Amino acid sequence: MTAVVAERRGAPDGGAGRAPGSAGARAAARAGRVLRGLGVPGVLAALAVLWMAVAVLRPDLLAPGDPNAIDARAAFTPPGADHWFGTDESGRDVYTRVVHGAAASLGIGAAATAIGVGAGLVLGFAAGLGPRWLDAGIGRVLEVLFALPTLVLALLLVAVLGAGVEASVLAVGAATAPGYARMLRARVRSVATSGYVEAARLEGHGRLTVLRRHVVPNTLWPLVSVATLGIGQAVVWVCALSFLGLGTLPPSPEWGAMLNAGRVYIDTAWWLTVFPGLAITATAASLTVLGRRIGAVAS
Amino acid sequence: MRAAATVARAVRRPWLRWLLARLGAAVLVAWVVATVVFFALRAAGGDPTEAILGGPGSQAGPEAVAAARAQYGLDQPLVVQYLVQLWRVLTFDLGDSYARRVPVSELLAEQLPGTMLLAVLALALAWVLALAVATLAVRATGPFGRACAAALRGAEVVAAVLPHFWLGAVLIVVFSSTLGWFPATSSGTDPVGLVLPTVTLAVPVAGFLGQVMRDSLEEAAAAPFATSARARGASPVRVLWRHTLRHGVLPAVSLSGWAFGSLLSGAVVVETLFGRPGLGRLLLDATMQRDVPVVVGAVVLVALAYVVVMLLVDVAERLLDPRLRGAVAVPGAPGGSAPAARAGEPAVLG
Repeated sequence: MTAVVAERRGAPDGGAGRAPGSAGARAAARAGRVLRGLGVPGVLAALAVLWMAVAVLRPDLLAPGDPNAIDARAAFTPPGADHWFGTDESGRDVYTRVVHGAAASLGIGAAATAIGVGAGLVLGFAAGLGPRWLDAGIGRVLEVLFALPTLVLALLLVAVLGAGVEASVLAVGAATAPGYARMLRARVRSVATSGYVEAARLEGHGRLTVLRRHVVPNTLWPLVSVATLGIGQAVVWVCALSFLGLGTLPPSPEWGAMLNAGRVYIDTAWWLTVFPGLAITATAASLTVLGRRIGAVAS
Repeated sequence: MRAAATVARAVRRPWLRWLLARLGAAVLVAWVVATVVFFALRAAGGDPTEAILGGPGSQAGPEAVAAARAQYGLDQPLVVQYLVQLWRVLTFDLGDSYARRVPVSELLAEQLPGTMLLAVLALALAWVLALAVATLAVRATGPFGRACAAALRGAEVVAAVLPHFWLGAVLIVVFSSTLGWFPATSSGTDPVGLVLPTVTLAVPVAGFLGQVMRDSLEEAAAAPFATSARARGASPVRVLWRHTLRHGVLPAVSLSGWAFGSLLSGAVVVETLFGRPGLGRLLLDATMQRDVPVVVGAVVLVALAYVVVMLLVDVAERLLDPRLRGAVAVPGAPGGSAPAARAGEPAVLG
């Protein structure tokens, strides 16, 4: 909310480029407007997300090699022309592994966010639209969950479920669900008690129509923004679990697992931790900036 | 009779009612957390006898297993075990660790001070950084100043999302491996060793608090009371100190409770990265070993610490904002009576 306000102040007014001209000029003007609306950080973030999308869908376009190709003679090569991000203890190319790891890390982050948002939707709508006792009950549960920091909650769930990829996805999803639930409950409440919903009800529309036409659209737009930020956060949490040795295990090229494996060599081969971590940080930062832009546009 | 009337009158006092409500909520939170953790771990964690007898792969005979089960009360029905555990929590006796064979309360008392020291230092550093950045950004004028303010804003956004495991690793590479200024490992209260873990924990929180502070400072600077102070001829510094700063820090005070929780999350990672003993490491090790009494004890302690911090945050809010003093917090209502900024995690603040 805070940054949204600040960013909206800097955004140009939408009608500035409505000059007559050919279709191509109009399209260019529109593209320019979008770019100006995004601002420099937004454009950088969009480029980073584009790069990640390519890395997820066609990693061979960015890094044609095999991420698990071992070359013992080239072990611990520092970053250079041959190996942009250097090589690890088995001589595997770190750049190739970072590119090919995008699918695993982002996929896990997106899956965890989907679980968190799904659970948050159920709890948030139930609390926001349900009877008083349900709202109070869910409120109490959320209050208890908020007393546990995200990673502590995720650790607990891993302790219950056992370490592993599925467990870490589920743990991060469940640990982030209370945040979504609280945000959605507040949003649903404010929409449900707003003037236009009352007006729609007075016009004689049924509950379902009001829900479909007003409550759901006005609640879901902010959710798109929050979920975009949330994927970045979830990638960080999932990688933190892998880093601690509780998620994806080292041989596979997942960013957190690469960090875990590289931690042992931090004194001698800094590139093994710095570059995978940079990918995680860039992902989280660009998704945060993009999510806020979406939020600014939506409000 | 008279005593009862006195008590009844006292309870009617708003601040006392507020305190009792908060304490009640704290007890409730601790109880629910202890219960859920106990049953969840026992339901899915299998038989803890294995943990007692030296982890998976131990060659213990059936007699040793039976003896261990009897010693730790594991041959009792689960409900009895739960009630025993609950009674122990109430009497501050958390039982013995399965893996380490020492009382859990001893383990926790040993590890808590180090983590608290780290968390409090990091929160203090985060506040200093956030205040400095926010006040500088708000006062910036001219094209150069505005460019600097925009750069700071970008830095805040990046700082807020920096993962602890990466920031800590980069700090180790730069300041320990390359420059050799600070050690890469830390233990106890050695001030030189504390620098890198503290900075690692503080920077993300500072980025987040800085954004919140800057926005509310800007809002306060545009408010009528600030305009009127400026119209009376008050200098910018005086307006900041006497008028807008108090408003500016309020949301950040509200969010410090959340920040403290995130510091405890970060402590798990930072303590592992810097090889520093502490509550986070203890919890991580106990999680891996399914050491149920330690996990229950550590998690309940973390939850209680959070409740205490939230109480302190409430008191601080009331001291800073006279408008809140008459209001009584509604326990159970998400967010209580605090300003909307209490909303919680940064991901959800959007």
